[in-house]
Amino acid sequence: MNQACSPPGTPFEAVAAPSRSPARGWRFPGGPGRDAALRLLSWAVPVLLLLIWEAAARLGGLSPQVLPAPSKVALTAWKLILQGRLLSDLGASLLRAAAGFVIGGALGLALGTAVGFSRLAEALFDRSVQMLRAIPFLALLPLVIVWFGVDEAGKIFLVSLGVLFPIYINTVLGIRQVDPKLLELGRVTGLSTWALVRRIVLPGALPSVLAGVRYALAVAWLALVIAETLATTTGIGYLAMDAREFLRTDVIVLTVLIYALIGVGSDALARALERRCLRWHPNYAARGRA
Amino acid sequence: MSSDGTELALRVSGLQRRYGPRWVLRGLDLQVGRGEFVVLLGESGCGKTTLLRALAGLDPVDGGHIDGPRRPAVVFQEPRLLPWDVLWRNVALGLDERSGRALAEAALTEVGLGDRLEEWPHRLSGGQAQRVALARALVREPRLLLLDEPFAALDALTRLRMHELVRQLVARHQPGVLLVTHDVDEAIALAHRVLVVRDGLVAAAYPVSQEQRRHRGAAEALRRQLLSELGVDGDLPDSVSSSLIPRKVYA
Repeated sequence: MNQACSPPGTPFEAVAAPSRSPARGWRFPGGPGRDAALRLLSWAVPVLLLLIWEAAARLGGLSPQVLPAPSKVALTAWKLILQGRLLSDLGASLLRAAAGFVIGGALGLALGTAVGFSRLAEALFDRSVQMLRAIPFLALLPLVIVWFGVDEAGKIFLVSLGVLFPIYINTVLGIRQVDPKLLELGRVTGLSTWALVRRIVLPGALPSVLAGVRYALAVAWLALVIAETLATTTGIGYLAMDAREFLRTDVIVLTVLIYALIGVGSDALARALERRCLRWHPNYAARGRA
Repeated sequence: MSSDGTELALRVSGLQRRYGPRWVLRGLDLQVGRGEFVVLLGESGCGKTTLLRALAGLDPVDGGHIDGPRRPAVVFQEPRLLPWDVLWRNVALGLDERSGRALAEAALTEVGLGDRLEEWPHRLSGGQAQRVALARALVREPRLLLLDEPFAALDALTRLRMHELVRQLVARHQPGVLLVTHDVDEAIALAHRVLVVRDGLVAAAYPVSQEQRRHRGAAEALRRQLLSELGVDGDLPDSVSSSLIPRKVYA
């Protein structure tokens, strides 16, 4: 302590040196207690907003036609679940998204791996893929309806298309960034081409591929929302369109919330996948511990 | 068979390599016996790394013959561990999936890392990582081991420990060894034979006795001679390379 004139332990010292550790004790709880308090605070704000919304709706400040109370939306959700509609529609939407994601993702990964790995494949495919990528895929929607009608296939096609490009681009990029010294090591060790891809190329490209997956998940939901609101007889989007006919604002708000929850859920899934697959990476390992 | 009757691990004759108009290797001849430790000493750009890459099958040659194993084991200047694989999987790279783990465990135990089979590479120090690279090279029981300045990036003390470890491993596994370095003291400490490479040819060969490897005093004349081969004035008592190594370690 540089304040030699004041006897240690007096209140004066604590006030005079607020940045030192003894002072921190009474200003804010330190360590894990402080983290918990901050976490609580971060949740308190959205909960407070929800309460304000509820209060405004109940006191008549908000018309139920404009924005029904959260409790009303929750009640609607419960009724729809009891009718068996909500879960079957949710299932239909999730199935479409999953099918489109798997098809588009597998295609993007396979094409990206080939193009990243071989000059020949790059010459064959890259320019065409880049040209197709220039089309905003949602602009294809009218064409998709002409091709596939209001069938499942059209929606899955649209989701696949939206997913394909981000995964393709990030795979090519990831493979290009694999350390050439490690590839050299693979050759010296006598790995076959397949073993080289499996043990060195793909793991090295994985951080970039997973970043593509996260982005692609967001695109997949966007594609699904658009596809489902235009032509469909099942799914969350259909629920919303159906509700619009009857001015059921509570159902519409519910579908919007469900889309948001699915978005949050898929992002959490992608991050869990990153933590699992990138355990070896110092950056991700550190984030995993935090 | 070499002149003294031992089995040959490598015979190179008339090896040529050029980059554009410049000849980097100009008909280089070289032999390494089984269990023999040969050090290639030379300045940067003399062709020694080019030679090693050609022997490893990484670069093509423009002429001459290489008579040796098609796939020698190589340790590079950097450990080149796969960051996404734990240590034993790094060592077992390219081995049969079933027998790989037991072999890797034995090899890692030999380099003193037998208790860290499941460790991620990013948790290792530079010296430890290079020990894993050594284990990976030796797990295949190679007939020929190529070492491309594998200790250059390590601190002086770690380097000395690695010298001792490499000596033991080579004595036990008996591969022919070709080590590339520009460090005269490292060359003397490890080599049975030092070859000075200059202008793409072996310019001079110096046998090193066990006495000279073990005791710095006995190797003083050789050390001066090698330094002058590299164009460093032999009168300097402590050259740049040797001043890094504390004398008492050799005493």
